[in-house]
Amino acid sequence: MSVRAVVIGASAGGVQALSQMLPGLPVGFPVPVMVVVHIPPKKDNALVDLFARKCALPVKEAEDKEPLVPGTIYFAPPDYHLLVEADETLALSSDETINHSRPAIDVLFETAADAFGPALAAIILTGANHDGAQGLRAVCEAGGFGFVQDPATAEVATMPEAARVACPGARTMALEDLAPVLQAMIEG
Amino acid sequence: MNESIEDIEIQLLLDAVYRHYHYDFRHYARASIKRRLLQARQQWGYDSISEIQSAVLHDETILPQLLNFLTVQVSEMFRDPSYFRALREKVVPHLRTYPSLKVWVAGCSHGEELYSLAILFAEEGLAERTIFYATDINPAALRAAQAGVYPLDRIRLFTENHQLSGGHTSLSEHYTANYNRAVFDKSLRERTVFSDHSLVTDAAFGEMHLISCRNVLIYFDRELQDRVVGLFGESLARGGFLGIGSKESLRFSTHANLFSEFVREEKIYRRKLR
Ligand SMILES: C[S@@+](CC[C@H](N)C(=O)[O-])C[C@H]1O[C@@H](n2cnc3c(N)ncnc32)[C@H](O)[C@@H]1O
Repeated sequence: MSVRAVVIGASAGGVQALSQMLPGLPVGFPVPVMVVVHIPPKKDNALVDLFARKCALPVKEAEDKEPLVPGTIYFAPPDYHLLVEADETLALSSDETINHSRPAIDVLFETAADAFGPALAAIILTGANHDGAQGLRAVCEAGGFGFVQDPATAEVATMPEAARVACPGARTMALEDLAPVLQAMIEG
Repeated sequence: MNESIEDIEIQLLLDAVYRHYHYDFRHYARASIKRRLLQARQQWGYDSISEIQSAVLHDETILPQLLNFLTVQVSEMFRDPSYFRALREKVVPHLRTYPSLKVWVAGCSHGEELYSLAILFAEEGLAERTIFYATDINPAALRAAQAGVYPLDRIRLFTENHQLSGGHTSLSEHYTANYNRAVFDKSLRERTVFSDHSLVTDAAFGEMHLISCRNVLIYFDRELQDRVVGLFGESLARGGFLGIGSKESLRFSTHANLFSEFVREEKIYRRKLR
């Protein structure tokens, strides 16, 4: 089965890493992309504006109950977890923080793994904590594709390293290769 | 995708809880329910969701614990201060014109939202003429709300939020610090009715001037959100106000036409006058 959705998690250094990666997804990219970045809860979501200016694809803040649209990049809102429902709609929750984070990468990845099974690609980028490691394992266990930013090239290596330990099946990749590989995989 | 065994078990568990206890979680947003049930299973050391089902049907003492997993008790006082500021600046002037007021805090959790409103109403001189209704389905949460006691280490956040909401008293005037706990004044809940009420299964119970129901609708699926918005429509006096969570919306509801946007950015709506 081919990939029908992409999820990405990033923490410390993440905005920079995403700035290199997301603009590499071209117009016509055929599947939805959901992103969790750890940001302080009280801030307005400046990420959406920032990336809307940089990306070829439409970028928006995820809304509760909205159906996923191909070729759209969704950011989790500050202070809410982002989840995917089995009917491929998005959901938000104010559940407890996980590893001090809300949104948490684990929540997005685990629910997306449930919704998309083997048709999911998941990417862990730079960060200074362990969020996303369990989520990535869930993705791989469901038969999906796991990718980890090469810790050697990550601004902070802790998060990709933790993800690699939790999910040895994931492929380690240089940041600049991620967008082209996704595209090749989805079209191929 | 094919329905997994876990998904089947979850459906059966929710059916069982509904048929035996009349708590209806069947139309809650499923992804979040599932995560929480898997947590419960792990914490209780069961091998499957079916074992939870068996336990809850045969042992009544399990239900309250299960409710704590099925309902999310995350809240803070003056959460999203700009919401409370908008109530203060834009809604209160309308509320002042009524000789008596009814305010419903639906899904009140441990009471943080209720006490925020009670303090705001006291500061604005409306407390004397207001009756608050604080409702929830989780009995443990209602008891906590009634007690009004919070760990002292949460007070710094509450105080900061209260200031940002435009509060013109000091939060410390409203509680007594006692070891590591803050006990909120009885006067704040003297005119509050705490009761068990489910937005899913129970009916409207009065004509409200303000309903505040934040971060509850996100836990429901669209069909259920729709029912609840209809219930709010029935429960509000014409010209009454409805405040929901900052990431919630009436957009998907067939009852949206009962309301007009009052403060759009703060998700405060007004029941249309006709
Ligand atoms: C995340 S808390 C929100 C607390 C508070 N309103 C706030 O925004 O800070 C959700 C609350 O909704 C309650 N709840 C869940 N289902 C409900 C229902 N069917 N009827 C009433 N309350 C419900 C839960 O028990 C919980 O206290």
